Amino acid sequence: MPSTWKRPATRRRRPAAPARAKRRGGRVLVLVATRKGAWLYRGDAARRSWRADGPHFLGNVINHLVLDPRDGRTLLAAAKTGHLGPTVFRSTDLGRTWKEAARPPAFPKAPEGERGRVVDHTFWLTPGHASEPGAWYAGTSPQGLFRSDDGGDTWSPVSGLNDHPEYLEWMSDPQAGTPDGPKLHSIIVDPRDAAHLYVGMSSGGVHESLDRGRTWTPLVKGLEVVEGFDAAKLNFHDPHCIRLCPSDPDRLYQQNHCGNYRLDRPSDQWVRIGRNMPGKVGDIGFPMVVHPRDRDTAWMFPMDGTSVWPRTSPGGKAAAYVTRNGGKSWRRLDSGLPRSQAWWTVKRQAMAADAHDPVGLYFGTTSGDLWASRDEGQRWTCVARHLPEIYAVETAAQ
Amino acid sequence: MKVLIPTPLRSYTGEREVEASGPTLAAVLSDLDRRYPGIRFRMVDEQDRMRPHVRFFVNGEQVFDLSLALRPADEVQIVQALSGGSE
Repeated sequence: MPSTWKRPATRRRRPAAPARAKRRGGRVLVLVATRKGAWLYRGDAARRSWRADGPHFLGNVINHLVLDPRDGRTLLAAAKTGHLGPTVFRSTDLGRTWKEAARPPAFPKAPEGERGRVVDHTFWLTPGHASEPGAWYAGTSPQGLFRSDDGGDTWSPVSGLNDHPEYLEWMSDPQAGTPDGPKLHSIIVDPRDAAHLYVGMSSGGVHESLDRGRTWTPLVKGLEVVEGFDAAKLNFHDPHCIRLCPSDPDRLYQQNHCGNYRLDRPSDQWVRIGRNMPGKVGDIGFPMVVHPRDRDTAWMFPMDGTSVWPRTSPGGKAAAYVTRNGGKSWRRLDSGLPRSQAWWTVKRQAMAADAHDPVGLYFGTTSGDLWASRDEGQRWTCVARHLPEIYAVETAAQ
Repeated sequence: MKVLIPTPLRSYTGEREVEASGPTLAAVLSDLDRRYPGIRFRMVDEQDRMRPHVRFFVNGEQVFDLSLALRPADEVQIVQALSGGSE
């Protein structure tokens, strides 16, 4: 398919100096969303000790908890419970108080006689462009894209995607998705251009919009699908996590159901850089993390994708892997982690980096451990144990 | 009429028992939402279907139709379903 991508005029413009300085210093806040509530971990200046603030929303399923980097105090939490429908909670005072969204993400009411779609849960939250204060995007299960222009209080469907004529072809049967339901995730706003968006869908592939979501172009060239299936069909594509490099918004990395990839725009051809991982470990996983200042550095957390797909650390030996050269080679990072019998799963939203120098890395396991590294993964320490199943880990500067 | 609220929804009402009015169950739930914004969407989805793990009883009998006519003396009880599950 032809690429419609055009290089924005303001290519590689870096964030304004004061914002950059703020991000590189200061204290780090780690936001942990779990199956049973949310926690905020406040680090000291050295990122050596952490103070737990939580639980917030104990018993609620929190799929994502994100701080608005534009004001440094607005938090959004995507929530539901086992019994009740989905909603979004908002805090404008860093979690001291919370208020529910007046109109959470929801599909439009279907015409009489038609069976309309229902949001099961909001899965992903992304703050909008720096030039659009109050703008947010949300991705849901089943796959839907929603936008708020009032700080997350009211949400509207992005019709260009949700009502796309090929929606069903991309996303297949909503009942046929991942075990927790098919999802729209990895909503990325180009820091140079508020109208330039990427999203990932499991299933449904990677898509790009150049007009704030009015029209979309699939972006799946080079991505593999499960053996025996047709890569030309978007519903066989399962991107797990896509990240854009802040230091070079022309570069994206992707952890996919079928390997680890890199894309350098304006090309629309993904390259499988995970082939360079050790064969016994493989390049299957869920999260993908990129360095805030180095386009060639990225981390993945491989999982066992053989036989029945245990989705646990291969061999029970937990490790992250880093590339320092854009995926030409990878190095194992397991110092401080258990040497054996660590059958961990790290979900797609559950690994993140801070903006310090050296970069801090954080990941949470489905068995409820939160781990951190102050030196880009050279050495890991456990920050918290015995949390509920961790769904998402995000960082913010304080 | 009297509406009994389950614990997961008391963050909205603050009380176990509240008053709401309307000629149908749907209207009562809309009235509840006017008094306690957001509560309806937690029980009824955007297609106006009861959520699968929320149950409605009127005078002790489970009901499945939001258009059910109600009288002012009726008592509505909202409960979370005993859904079983893995935890």
